Amino acid sequence: MKSALHLLEICFILICSILWRIVKLAKICFTIIINKVKSKNIKKIMEHQMNKNNFQPNGTQDANTVVLKRGLAQMLKGGVIMDVVTPEQAKIAEDAGACSVMALERVPADIRKNGGVARMSDPSMIEGIIAITTVPVMAKCRIGHYVEARVLEALGVDYIDESEVLTPADEENHVDKRDFKVPFVCGARNLGEALRRINEGAAMIRSKGEAGTGDVVEAVRHARAILGEIRRVHAMNRAELFTYAKEIGAPYHLLEETAELGRLPVVLFAAGGIATPADAALMMEIGVDGVFVGSGIFKSGDPSKRARAIVEATTHFRDYKIIAEVSKNLGEPMVGINISSLPSDQKMAGRGW
Amino acid sequence: MRIGVLALQGDFAEHVQMLRQLKVEAIEVRLPAHLDGLDGLIMPGGESTTFAKLALRFGLIQPLQQFAASGKAMWGTCAGLIFMAKDVGRDQPTLGVMDITVKRNAFGRQVDSFITPLVIAGLDKGTYDAVFIRAPLIETVGDNVIVLSTLLDGTIVAARENNMLATSFHPELTRDLRLHAFFLTMCQHRQ
Repeated sequence: MKSALHLLEICFILICSILWRIVKLAKICFTIIINKVKSKNIKKIMEHQMNKNNFQPNGTQDANTVVLKRGLAQMLKGGVIMDVVTPEQAKIAEDAGACSVMALERVPADIRKNGGVARMSDPSMIEGIIAITTVPVMAKCRIGHYVEARVLEALGVDYIDESEVLTPADEENHVDKRDFKVPFVCGARNLGEALRRINEGAAMIRSKGEAGTGDVVEAVRHARAILGEIRRVHAMNRAELFTYAKEIGAPYHLLEETAELGRLPVVLFAAGGIATPADAALMMEIGVDGVFVGSGIFKSGDPSKRARAIVEATTHFRDYKIIAEVSKNLGEPMVGINISSLPSDQKMAGRGW
Repeated sequence: MRIGVLALQGDFAEHVQMLRQLKVEAIEVRLPAHLDGLDGLIMPGGESTTFAKLALRFGLIQPLQQFAASGKAMWGTCAGLIFMAKDVGRDQPTLGVMDITVKRNAFGRQVDSFITPLVIAGLDKGTYDAVFIRAPLIETVGDNVIVLSTLLDGTIVAARENNMLATSFHPELTRDLRLHAFFLTMCQHRQ
């Protein structure tokens, strides 16, 4: 009896020690695995941080590039992007609270007046504006003008506007924007046009409006068209979406994504004809993410004051007392051209395909 | 819990969406009165110069400073970080509530923007994919500031000082909710 108990005791101790060893072994294995994972992490981090500027254009943008290109536009939301033609104007715009400036040689109102071919701006002027401001700098290239876009990218411009305001360089094709590291913004009059531009690689969309007129009616028309179509496709089933994609000439996968999100997959701004704080607030109320103001500021009587007022009205677009307050005594607005009196061959919005 | 997001300009809607995913009430802050009854405040990405102009114009500077001084949690991402800093190396109004010096657009222009995994102190479950867009960096930190993350070359990109959190990248552009959840724990433990 006694020896049997003794045997049991020895067995118990043996089992305990074996269990203890197993636990110890498991612990060691666990630390080895953890360390492996950690070193893998560090290797991953090393690879990323060493190659962070290693962008390889191959037509299929990697997911990270898309996030970065669309991301900068997201930083501009709720803000005002102003057209400027000199470094002094860029300074005035920044001091007024512009979230970005568009560097160009002539504002659309002057392009209209002077006629002729409108091209990319002088690189030295763009460099002068880049040097003086801390906000992102945009610049325009002609529709389809691949090399102007490359030049702007080389100058360090933060966003390129492939713009119908300049004279188109290609009457069939837009620039293949996926091939660039710098992001692009493009104009659109309806959902189909917007999604075609996004398919080409545009990372931001703006309404075309009718630039250089000071008449907001076309910007309203285009923003309402895009946002209204999005509301309609949001309610469609797949069978209807297939047909609708064909009807509006939109890539199906982007139309489906838009329908699911209930908004464009990129930021949407209003542009073309915005001239007063109330115009800017109207566009925000319609549902855009921010506004471009072109000729409206520096073709008016008191650019600095008007610029500030438009910035404030864009932030407080639903606070009508504030809009009333900031709209007081702004001086002469830009003279403006009534769209209905504009011959159709002088309209810019029809450019782009 | 009610968390405010400064909505003067920038990607405040993205922050609001992240907070709603964490089942927290999110309030857009445009005027001083909107700060009432908040447990914490996020300052989003955007343009810091625009924030400054609008905050000055609508009398937000002092209320925001008081908010930080009251011990309520405050978090700045990118432009928000610049707006919280004591020193930004140029003549630009800021809140000056966090003892850090910041360099704006420190990595270059948009073509130099990048995404990289980071190890962040206080976050478990592996690395965090951080989105840097025309991002600022933290040059120096005061005695009470804890550095939470750096790049491999030692550049400081995330820091905390008591109730204040600052990141030079954009958590709101990812699907990763860990930093927002971390900030909510800061809001719960009011200093």
